[in-house]
Amino acid sequence: MMLMEHTETPPSHGAHPAPAAGGGHGQLDYMGALFVFMLATFIGVMVIQRVSRLLHTPLMSLTNAISAIAVVGALIVSAGKDYPGYITALGLVAIFCSTTNIVSGFLITDRMLKMFKKREGGGSTSASKGEPEHAPRAIGGGAK
Amino acid sequence: MSAETLVQLLYLVSTALFILSLRWMSDPETARKGVFSGVAAMLLAVAGTLAGVMATGGTHYWWILGAFAVGAAVGYPLAQVPLTAVPQRTALSHAFGGLAAGLVGTAKFFLYYGQRNEAALTTFIVVALVAEILLGFLTFTGSLLAAGKLQEVKWIPQRPVTYPGQNLTNLALFGVALALGVALVLHPLAPWAPWAFGGVILLSLAFGVLLIIPIGGADMPTVISILNSYAGLSAVAMGFVLNNKLLITAGALDGSSGLILSIIMCKAMNRSFFNVLFGAFGQAQTSAAGGEQKAYKSDTVESAAQVMEQASLVVIVPGYGMAVAQAQHKVRELYDLLKKRGVTVKFAIHPVAGRMPGHMNVLLAEAEIPYTDLVEMDEINGDLPQADVALIIGANDVVNPAARADKTSPIYGMPIIDADKAKTVYAIKRSKNPGFAGIDNELYFLDKTFMLFGDAKSVVGELARKLAGDNSGH
Repeated sequence: MMLMEHTETPPSHGAHPAPAAGGGHGQLDYMGALFVFMLATFIGVMVIQRVSRLLHTPLMSLTNAISAIAVVGALIVSAGKDYPGYITALGLVAIFCSTTNIVSGFLITDRMLKMFKKREGGGSTSASKGEPEHAPRAIGGGAK
Repeated sequence: MSAETLVQLLYLVSTALFILSLRWMSDPETARKGVFSGVAAMLLAVAGTLAGVMATGGTHYWWILGAFAVGAAVGYPLAQVPLTAVPQRTALSHAFGGLAAGLVGTAKFFLYYGQRNEAALTTFIVVALVAEILLGFLTFTGSLLAAGKLQEVKWIPQRPVTYPGQNLTNLALFGVALALGVALVLHPLAPWAPWAFGGVILLSLAFGVLLIIPIGGADMPTVISILNSYAGLSAVAMGFVLNNKLLITAGALDGSSGLILSIIMCKAMNRSFFNVLFGAFGQAQTSAAGGEQKAYKSDTVESAAQVMEQASLVVIVPGYGMAVAQAQHKVRELYDLLKKRGVTVKFAIHPVAGRMPGHMNVLLAEAEIPYTDLVEMDEINGDLPQADVALIIGANDVVNPAARADKTSPIYGMPIIDADKAKTVYAIKRSKNPGFAGIDNELYFLDKTFMLFGDAKSVVGELARKLAGDNSGH
């Protein structure tokens, strides 16, 4: 509902001089957006506090990739019909930047995580996906 | 089901997967699942957005495909850099993220301005737009500069650049940017609005540079974390502008990760945010380092090897110097040989060892040292009084007892690894010069401390050879 809202509210609404019609509805959405932001920040803080210090470098490269979610905005701007050429160009450069982060962020995170091994030789050697999910208590991995 | 409902559903699943992705990072056992989940979330986000765009009649698909392709082509080699260069890569990535947010914000503003779209340029939207471009472009230049400093690019000064009235200048410029922002919020469609908008962009670009030049190399782990947070917050602002909850959520996750890492880094150096950003660390030390010459006691590699062989617990304290000397793999050899003789070997990891949060763990993991033997500072400090040997490789400030005792020291109050409590201390040091932050270290002058001067790689290599040689001799 909100994705296309602004692109499709050209001055037709302007029959009302002020943003009265669109504004009332919009205001409500903005409160919703602020709620989402607040809740997501709390979730983020709580989830990330539990990340082992061991993994803070991969964590940062992973969140690099996640912040490349800006690609969503870049796509909306680039694909817009009847937009001036320079708007499209800005959007395309933004897509390029975000894609660079997505590709390099996820790849290097995985590359680093592959290196974290528990014990050499027999038994559980790597943190690979195929591993059963028990044994979560790694010595260095205390979450404080 | 309408296209819009489909888009929102895909976004919903994507959000859940992003949260799970970070949740799974809590444990090395599940962390790779976290990457998988993150990739899935991103694919859903892109798919959902494309579906929405197509439903309302989008264009330029070939161009978009091209931008994806070029981005992937640049991203792939960036993921192959050596692990010592990961901090630079991360900073560069923050720069890209900031630029993307800034460009989208710019495009949105000029689009609405061109359409004379009064309904879209509400107070809330314009505030969000100004925040987006401010954070985005500031992150862009700031991160580029940070990446340059970390890469040690020649024309970028390593030492903090300071001048009189620096904070005042920054504050005044910030005031100008704020005034322009307020003017834009009040009159977004004024004839001068594009100029004001351009002014905010230029000022943001300048801020990135001005805020980073006074920050010294030792504070880079904190700076990277803060920039991480800014990159996330600029995505949040973009979410407000586009009224897109997925952008808000993912940006907030990134922002909070940067926030937490910054707090950890600040605590690890006993500094406040304010102090890191405006304190110009590294100025006071030049005077502190000029003290009288004290005598080091150096020792031979042979006797060091003998002492370690007899030990039951050896704690290795690695610093960035170890990585610079590319000594990780020799350290791993030493670790293996000591283990084979029944010596318990642990690594003491200071939160700011290395050049970004957690950097040292990655460098040691690459040398295939099991992560179960990489122990955080708080945990290892309890064991150090029982340690027979503390072996310091390329670390300096993080083991400097002046942080505990000497109130005049610039690092006073910073939590350290209590290497001085071990029974014997061996410190491998390249030269007799003070460390990165330029502070003298009294640990090296203790009675129980012996210096092993030389390149970390060759000294550790020799230690390993002595231990191995002994083995075959018997």
